[in-house]
Parts: sequence; C-alpha cells; structure tokens
Amino acid sequence: MIQISLNINGEDFDVDVSPDLTLLDLLRELGFHSVKKGCGEGDCGACGVIMDGIYCKSCLVLAMQANGRDVFTVESMGDVNDPHPLQQAFVDEGAVQCGYCIPSMLLAADVLLSENEDPTDDEIKEALDGNLCRCTGYVKQIAAVKKAAKMMREEENDAE
Amino acid sequence: MTLNNWKTVGTNVRKVDGLALATGGSLFVNDLLDEDYLFGAILTSPHAHARIISIDTSAAEALDGVYTILHHENVQRVPHTTAGQGYPEPSPYDAVMFDNKVRYVGDRVAAVAASNEEIARKALSLIKVQYEVLEPVFDPLTAISEGAPVIHDQDDAKVIIPVFYDKSRNMPAKVETSVGNVDEGFAQADVIVEDVFETHYGHHCPIEPHVTYTKLDPHGRLIITTSTQVPFHVRRIVAQVCQIPVRKIRVIKPRIGGGFGGKQEILLEDVCSMLTLRTGMPVLLNYNREEEFVSSRTRHPSRCYTKVGVKNDGTITAIRLHVLLNTGAYGSHALTVGSNAGSKVLPMYPCENIDFKMEAAYTNLPVGGAYRGYGATQAVYGLEVLIDEAARRIGMDPVEFRKKNHIKSGQGSPIFKALGEGTEGVEMTIGSCGLDKCIELGAEAIGWGHKDPPSHPSKKRGKGCAILMQGSSIPHVDMGSATLKLNDDGSFNLLMGATDLGTGSDTILSQIAAEEIGVSIDMIIPLSSDTDVTPFDVGAYASSTTYLSGMAVKKTAALIRHQILETASEMLGSPVSALDIDDGVIKGGSREITLGDVGLHSLYGENQHQIIASASHITEKSPPPFAAHFVEVEVDEDTGSVEVLHYVAAVDCGTAIHPKLAEGQTEGAVANGLSYALTEQYFFNEKGRMLNPNFGHYKIFSSSDMPKMTTILVPTYEATGPYGAKSVSEISINGALPAIANAIQDAVGVRIASGPFSPDKVLAAMAKKS
Repeated sequence: MIQISLNINGEDFDVDVSPDLTLLDLLRELGFHSVKKGCGEGDCGACGVIMDGIYCKSCLVLAMQANGRDVFTVESMGDVNDPHPLQQAFVDEGAVQCGYCIPSMLLAADVLLSENEDPTDDEIKEALDGNLCRCTGYVKQIAAVKKAAKMMREEENDAE
Repeated sequence: MTLNNWKTVGTNVRKVDGLALATGGSLFVNDLLDEDYLFGAILTSPHAHARIISIDTSAAEALDGVYTILHHENVQRVPHTTAGQGYPEPSPYDAVMFDNKVRYVGDRVAAVAASNEEIARKALSLIKVQYEVLEPVFDPLTAISEGAPVIHDQDDAKVIIPVFYDKSRNMPAKVETSVGNVDEGFAQADVIVEDVFETHYGHHCPIEPHVTYTKLDPHGRLIITTSTQVPFHVRRIVAQVCQIPVRKIRVIKPRIGGGFGGKQEILLEDVCSMLTLRTGMPVLLNYNREEEFVSSRTRHPSRCYTKVGVKNDGTITAIRLHVLLNTGAYGSHALTVGSNAGSKVLPMYPCENIDFKMEAAYTNLPVGGAYRGYGATQAVYGLEVLIDEAARRIGMDPVEFRKKNHIKSGQGSPIFKALGEGTEGVEMTIGSCGLDKCIELGAEAIGWGHKDPPSHPSKKRGKGCAILMQGSSIPHVDMGSATLKLNDDGSFNLLMGATDLGTGSDTILSQIAAEEIGVSIDMIIPLSSDTDVTPFDVGAYASSTTYLSGMAVKKTAALIRHQILETASEMLGSPVSALDIDDGVIKGGSREITLGDVGLHSLYGENQHQIIASASHITEKSPPPFAAHFVEVEVDEDTGSVEVLHYVAAVDCGTAIHPKLAEGQTEGAVANGLSYALTEQYFFNEKGRMLNPNFGHYKIFSSSDMPKMTTILVPTYEATGPYGAKSVSEISINGALPAIANAIQDAVGVRIASGPFSPDKVLAAMAKKS
C-alpha cells in the first residue's frame, strides 16, 4: 500500500492505496458516486473528473498519480438547492435523460466555459466529444451549454 | 378534440429527477451498496458450441476469499426464458441458470462470489472445465437446413404457449400469414421490385452496464436492487429459477443508466440471487463492457426478402416480406421481434395482397433480444428502400408516392388482427394519424426537391426519406397500474409500477396526475418501481409507458380527485357537484379550502381515513405513432464514406405530454439509428468470438459525429390515450437505415442492401455498378 494525499472538492484526504487502484475506484470508495464506471477503458467518459484544472478520465489515472493534486467532481459544482448554471441549464433544456453520463459531461462543459465563455456549437461538440451518451443525441446538451454560457456571462456582467 | 386548456400537460416542467442526477446524487445500483458485500463474477464459454464434460472447482474453492461457486452440477435445472415478458411468455423456455452445454462464446459456465473483484476473477481462472467441442453453426440459413448441428438438443426446452417450436431444426419460432392473393397481386403490377436486405448485430450500449445487487433482509427476504426495465418480471422469473416464493422477493429499481430494451431481460438477477441465497451475504454482480457486448442481448440480425408490386398509377398491388431472423444461441424475443417485423411495418401501406413469413434460427452467436424498434427496424429498411425504387420506376416522386399510399385515419389493416404477440393480434382502425403533416413539414425542412452543390468535386449529395410506424403497448397483454395517496400537506405519493429507465416517465406520469387532480407538479411525489410498494406494471417496453401506464395514472387521479371532493363536500357542506380543484384549492364551496386542509382533515378530523386510490389499465388497441424522416447526405466517390449533413425527424406521437422529453426521445433514437446505420458493427472470428467488444472498436456516435438535427413534433389527438398521447420512444430509431440508403441511391445511384453503410461497402457497390 502507498500513502497518498490529495484534495478532493476542496477537502484534504490522506489514504492508503494499492499501486493498481484507479482514481475512479478510489473516488467511488470515498463516496464520490457521481464518478461513474461505464467501460473502465477510457472510451465512454462517464468517469471524468477535473484534476489540476484539466479534464481527465479517472479510469485511466492511477490513484497514486493523483498524489498531491486537486481533484474536482460534479459534487463540487452545486447541489439540488443551489445548482451551478450548467446543472440548471442541463435540466431545463432536457439534456438529462438517464443521467449516467451527465456528471462528467458537466465537468467537461465547465472546463470549456472556463476557457471560452461564448463557445460555438462546434466547440461545444468538440469539448463533449469524449463523453458518450446513448439517450439524447447530444442536441439538448449543446443547447444547455450555450444557455449556461449565456447565464454565466450575464451573471458576470451583473457583477461588474 | 381537446379544449387544450391544460396547465401541466404539454408543458416542459422540470424533469423530476433532473437536478438530483445532474448534481451527482447516489441514485444508481452501484451507489446503493452496503459496506460489506461479495463480488460476483461469471465464467463464460470460450467455445461457440461445446458440451461440458467435467468441471473442477476445487482449486478455486481453496482460494482464500471465495465464498461459493455455482455451476450446472450444483444448481437446480429450471427451464425458463430470460426474456422479461408477461406470463405466459411467448419466448421459448430454452435457458437454465447453468447448463452442461454452452451455445455461444460468452455463454454462462459458472459463477463465483468472493470477497473482492480480484479474488473473484482469480477464482474464475482456477476453475478447470473440460469441454467436448461441438461443430458450431453461425449462418442462420445453414442452421435451419438439414444436417445442421442441433443447438438445443436438451429434452426440456419447450414453449409454454401453443406456437410453433422445432428445436430439432434450430427453429425457435415461425409465423406465416397472408391476405388476399399475392401472386395475383404481383401479376397485376406494372413494376415489381425485390431484394434481400440484411440487418446486422447491434448493441444497446447503455452507458451503465447491467448491474444487480442482492441481499437478505433481517426477515430472510431477498432484496434485489437491479438495473431493469421489468421489475415485476424480475420478481416472477427469479422466483421461478431460484425456486423460492414470490413473497420472499422484493425488487427495487433505482435510477437506471439507460436500457433501450437490453434491460428487458433477466440476465444477472437469477445468478446474483442464488449467490446471495447460498452465502447469506450481499452480492454485487455486474457486466463489464466486454461482457455487456458479448453476453447480454443484441439486436437480432435479419435477412428480409422484400418484394413490392405497383401499378403505373402508384397503386401497390402486392407486398411480400419473408424474414429470416438470427436469434443467436437462445430464442429470447425471437417470436415477437419476428412478428413485429410484420405488424409494425406492413400496415403502413394498405394493400389487398400481402404475404408475410418469419422464421427464426438458433445459431452459435450472441443472443438477440428486445431492442428499441423491435423488428420494425429490421423490416422497414428494405420496404422503404423498395418503395423509393418503385416510385422512381413509375416516375413518381417518392414523397408523393408515400402520401398517396400510406395508411390514414379510419383505415385498418388485416395485419393488426393476423399478427399479435405470438398469438392472434387485435383488430384495429387507425385513430390519429399525422403522417401527411409529418411528410409535408419534413420535406420542407430538408428542402426536398432541391439539391445543393457538394462541398468537394469528389463528393455527391443526395436526399432520402422514409416513413415509419410503431405501436403503443401490447393490447390485451400489457397492464399498468398506479396508486395515489393524499398527504396532510396536500401532496400526493404517486406509486407506479411503470419503470423510468431514464426516459422521463416519472415526470410525464406526474404531469398526468397533476393535470387530472388539479394541482401543480410540485405536489406529486413519484416513486417507481418497488415491488413491495408500488402496484404492478409490466414494465417499460413495447412503447407502453405513456399510453398505457399514463392512462392508469389518469384513472387513478380521477378516482382520488373524487374522494377529495367528497371529503371537501363534508367539510364545506357543499355538494360535490359544485366543487372544483384549481391549483390545489377547492373552489365553488361555502369557502375556499386547500388540498392540505382536506389532507389534514382526512387524517386527523372527523371520519378519519386515508384518501387513496388505485386503478389499472389495459388497452384495446396499440395506436401507432407515425414519423417521416428525411436526410441529406454527401457521399465521397473516392473513399465511399457517407456523411450525414442534415437529419429531419417529424413525429406524430399524439399529444406530447412533455415536448422537450418527447424531442429528446426522438433525438436519442435518431442518434442511435444513425450510428447503427453507419458505424456500429459486430466483428466475429471464425470461431464465433466477437473481436471488438469495446467502444474503441464498436463505434457509437459521440457529439462530434452528430449532424445537424431537426426534430418536429406534429400534434395529433389519440382519443384512447391519456390527454391524446401515443408513444414516442422507439419509432425514430427505425428511419436512418432506409432514409440514408435512399439518400445514397439519390447521390451515387447505388442501392446498399445491408448495414452498416461502411465506406468499403459503398465503394464496392459503386465499383460493381460501373
């Protein structure tokens, strides 16, 4: 076992992990259930997290590689009483069907909007490309990201 | 027609589970585990066809952390079907939990429960199985020909309803029906078009693979939490296979990560339950992605011999459709998928002379099952391609040809009566039909008749269309029911057997309840499905939930509304007939009171009682939703690659209870249909092993692959459905194969008669033509 320290959603964790434990399995063991396993091979994207500002698939990251890093899951974005504009927009636009792929897709969208506050359809498609969804056809998700981007721009303008 | 002054129905209310899902709530089977549980794993067959001579589990059992191992020598042999259908099932009883024979690569051999996944997998590798390898058969036509190896040679395989079953010829199902005189019909035709169309294996690819968690409660009852479309069928079939009473089982369906038909099957629940019954411990059993592709269920591949005769004036004189269905190693859904290939396709074009035959073949390949589209996907492809061809041959625009010939309101079809779910069907005339409008709006959206220049000299553009129908529930077979109870704050628990698997049915059924009672949707607390708590429903399949379960909810809501008004009448001293409920307030009485007042009074005031109602619903008909799909493609003549530029789906689903969810169903079905038509494909080696069981090599569409997509909902009113609703979930998966094939034909003049439309295939067809 190897002792690692990492920060998840702003909270420090010191844990002993086996060398072959994936970050996905560690996060799920720690109760971060938003991180889903859809394939375990880096193809479906249901396990996406943000690590040190970069969106990555946690099934392809060993837990010990997360040592000393900051990891964010969708639990950090908002909750049912105070959802993030992306979470709100996804629900309002009908982008959530079964919801299994949604948490990681929201994180991918969040990274996109942090770099590009007014993305085009094609830019959104590219950003969400690593997140497979079998329910929706992606139409509503693209609309939701655009809507959230608009909400966030307006919030920012109001704040200024 | 409706006055359409609805407050909730027809609006895009917030999906009731949307925020909990979007914020990452612990809602799925894998999120609901106890601290200590065992990990289950299944050993599968490396051979396509083999007899198990011996099985030695001693080394595996000796491994520290292994709790139990199941195999054919130590579990009861109970023939059953894994198909999650109503009882008596139309699928053959050709499966047992573990058999001494394996019938495809991926078939069950043994199962283990161990303290963790690593030990479970290690234990599987230590099980020594000696096989007598038998000759496999992979081609369905060879399988049903004389001298083929018999796949189900066991004595106890049988059917439990009086239908054709001939296991000695590898034929789990066969249906024949004809109307009029087809030969005479073809003799009257000026133009005859025919071809054999092949559809391929496909997988549902829910992003959540199958998963089941079982445990015993303190009373010794078995609690099954499982990702299923059919909780009540799970309860019945686990009771059957594990030989325990239904009363000892509780099935809980939490949130489901997609189903699409693949979870209308009892695949893990029986094994997981048996592992718990043997060990007394909670057990988690799930498929990984490879197992999901190989060992769960697939879309039945088919060969559809299709022939259409038309007169020069556009009259269809005869249609022949002979379907050979490859059901793989087990006959799950074979009879009904095969029957639906006729019943969900042939009525689209009323014709006096129809000849339909369906034969299903066992082969030593992965097993077919329920899959969104359910037979219609397979058969409509060839028919709609030939309709195009026939129209072209008589010099009629394919859109005009379809407008002239499609079924209309008030028309029936002898096929409805002839083809049921294994038995005779139900006579039906079409009520609502918005097909004309779908065709008109779809053609307009795609710019029918107008051709834009291609983006490159090596490319050619083309447009194609297809019309579609499906059904809404299975008449006289399916049943849904609901319970509503009023709480002391004026809210309602809505308890439903109807199974939301991500479709949004909890939301639309809550809308129906809210509308009927006269409250806002916030006052409805939906719960689906827990067999201890919610009343029965056959489950989420056959496009039944909105139409069938929706009507059960509507009836229940009408009953409880009446009870509320009776209590309010007592409270107010005003007659029931004077009272009305408007946004949770009882109006028309001596004073206004709220539903909370009524709830509180009913529970604590005079004449204390629980205001509660239940109702069930069966259907007399299965009103088809209709759709017209249009597509524009660009075909690269150098590479054969087909790019979809724009896809238009115009759908008549009656009233869309929740328009955004109805659009979402359509867009999702189209996306699945597109990737099935263009990229999804099973590759097998010569021994029947699937070579590409992962998303890296089995390509499903991602966001970048999606073309411009236009969804048009065409409102009609189906008088027999709740607030005029019909189904929407399945129909739009069927359009891509024929519409794209027709667009390819329009672009480069070749007919592609088998899916998927991969570049090599298109290139080969163009080479053959030139």
